[in-house]
Amino acid sequence: MEKVIQTEKLTKRFGDFVACNELSFDVDKGEIFGFLGANGAGKTTAMRMLCGLLKPTSGKASVAGFDVFTQTEKIKMNIGYMSQKFSLYDDLTVSENIRFYAGIYGMKTKNIRTKTQELLNELGLQNEAKTLVSALPLGWKQKLAFSVSIVHAPDIVFLDEPTGGVDPVTRRQFWDLIYHAADKGVTVFVTTHYMDEAEYCNRVSIMVDGVIAALDSPVNLKKQFNADNMEDVFYQLARKAKRSDN
Amino acid sequence: MRTLFFLLEKEFRQLLRRKSLLGMLIIAPAIQLIIMPLAADFSVKNVSIVVVDNDHSSYSQRLINKITAGGSFKLAGYVSSYKEALKMVEQDKADLALQIPVNFERNLARENSGKLFVAINAIEGTKANLGGSYLSGIVKDFDDEIRIEWTHDATVDAPQISVASSNWYNPFLNYNLYMVPAILVTLVTAMSAMQSAFNIVQEKENGTIEQINVTPIKKHIFIIGKLIPFLVLGIILFSLGLVLGRIIYHVVPVGSLIVLYGSLVVYLFAMLGLGLLISTYSATQQQAMSLSFFFINIFNMMSGVFSSVDSMPAWAQAIVQTFPPSHFIKIMRTVVLKGSGFSDISNHLIAITIIGLVLNTWAILNYRKTA
Repeated sequence: MEKVIQTEKLTKRFGDFVACNELSFDVDKGEIFGFLGANGAGKTTAMRMLCGLLKPTSGKASVAGFDVFTQTEKIKMNIGYMSQKFSLYDDLTVSENIRFYAGIYGMKTKNIRTKTQELLNELGLQNEAKTLVSALPLGWKQKLAFSVSIVHAPDIVFLDEPTGGVDPVTRRQFWDLIYHAADKGVTVFVTTHYMDEAEYCNRVSIMVDGVIAALDSPVNLKKQFNADNMEDVFYQLARKAKRSDN
Repeated sequence: MRTLFFLLEKEFRQLLRRKSLLGMLIIAPAIQLIIMPLAADFSVKNVSIVVVDNDHSSYSQRLINKITAGGSFKLAGYVSSYKEALKMVEQDKADLALQIPVNFERNLARENSGKLFVAINAIEGTKANLGGSYLSGIVKDFDDEIRIEWTHDATVDAPQISVASSNWYNPFLNYNLYMVPAILVTLVTAMSAMQSAFNIVQEKENGTIEQINVTPIKKHIFIIGKLIPFLVLGIILFSLGLVLGRIIYHVVPVGSLIVLYGSLVVYLFAMLGLGLLISTYSATQQQAMSLSFFFINIFNMMSGVFSSVDSMPAWAQAIVQTFPPSHFIKIMRTVVLKGSGFSDISNHLIAITIIGLVLNTWAILNYRKTA
């Protein structure tokens, strides 16, 4: 299996505080990799390092074959990212947002047009092409944001709690989009607090206090912790956490 | 280049969509430009004067007539004692009190000298100062007049030296000619520095900047994409100001428009750099607002719009040298009034360019795509 993310003892310190302590893991191509942990466990910090938004303190890591210390701009060319905060432009229309992001990733004008149509059809937003994004319901915005984050067909897409505040039906639809992308060979690296979503992942890692406390497929994790569901696995691990958000 | 095109397309779309903001950016400065030159006039009018005439002579009457005839002074009243006059000053009914002593005419005739006493209410500094010196001028004129009448007399002194000054470049000391260019600079300054800062900080607040940061956009391209729309807006605002100044205040630049616009572009480059720098240090629009307000207030007060930089203490003058508006105001005034060309203003242009380079480099270094 081809590895698209490899980390070895990846560490980030903020002063005395060790946000991520010697993380070592690999992610395979086309995998849906769940990145779980309580608030403050260090998930977002780890993700930001992998996206080239944050310089690691020590250790090694490569994303899409590029080094996170020296080749962040090359990494950025090959990944998509969707942050916790909704990040499309509210005062642009649906198709203007797609056009803008496709454009800055260097897509050709002709391709942008066909890609926009394709995306709108896939999301069922054909009639909303000229609607301002601010007028869309949250669930639609999230789905659109996901589609825009992979508009340039990246190798990997990083999703930071993409379904926060979204209703169960829309969450289910959102995961259909994720599967669809994974089928096309996009590796999905996703953080979530919903344990049912953890079950959808090929493999799951659970972070506690800056270290990876467990990493395996949901089936094996449940076996290992003698638990009925992922919720129970998570609870057993996260309970030991000494630090929280504050 | 293609990236820049898409960035600019997005920026202009957003800008044009915010109709209310756009309206404010254009209409608010226009209103200010119409109102402020009328208000910010240094010439002193309507100084009210209370007179204590203890002499009641023809000369004292003549002096009072001369004072009130000019238009700068209006008579607040006659009172019989200096005490009463001071009371009027205290009650703010008069700005100046003039006391003409008993025997003013007699002393003038006999001893060839008369004494007048003036009390000035110095609460309003400018008015008091100018009012006082206007009054001395009038008294001096009066003195000359009566001396000329006496020239036949043997008692007259030797001929006196008189100074006749002519005001170059602004012969009638038309304050609008002097103020409109400077006020226009303050308006362009506020718009460019503040709006560019707010715009970028807004992307921080909305979280869209994070999305931009994970794209392969180079940071200088992103920044250029942010600066160009406000450069265009600055030029539009400036042009509107020139047109309004011409229509309403008949301020027609003597110098060439190429010099004016060339300097404007250099100036906007510097001020947008400041806005950018502010945005890199601010996480919220409130912070950006406080920071830019701090700078703009200092610029307006110290850049020579209202008070002359040359009369400031040396340390203040040194600081003012680092303010781009002080240089641009000088450029505007000399080009508009005197018709200076590039070679005359090159010192100021070089200064603005250096400040602009420093601000922009600092901003780009401080703007990080990684946290």
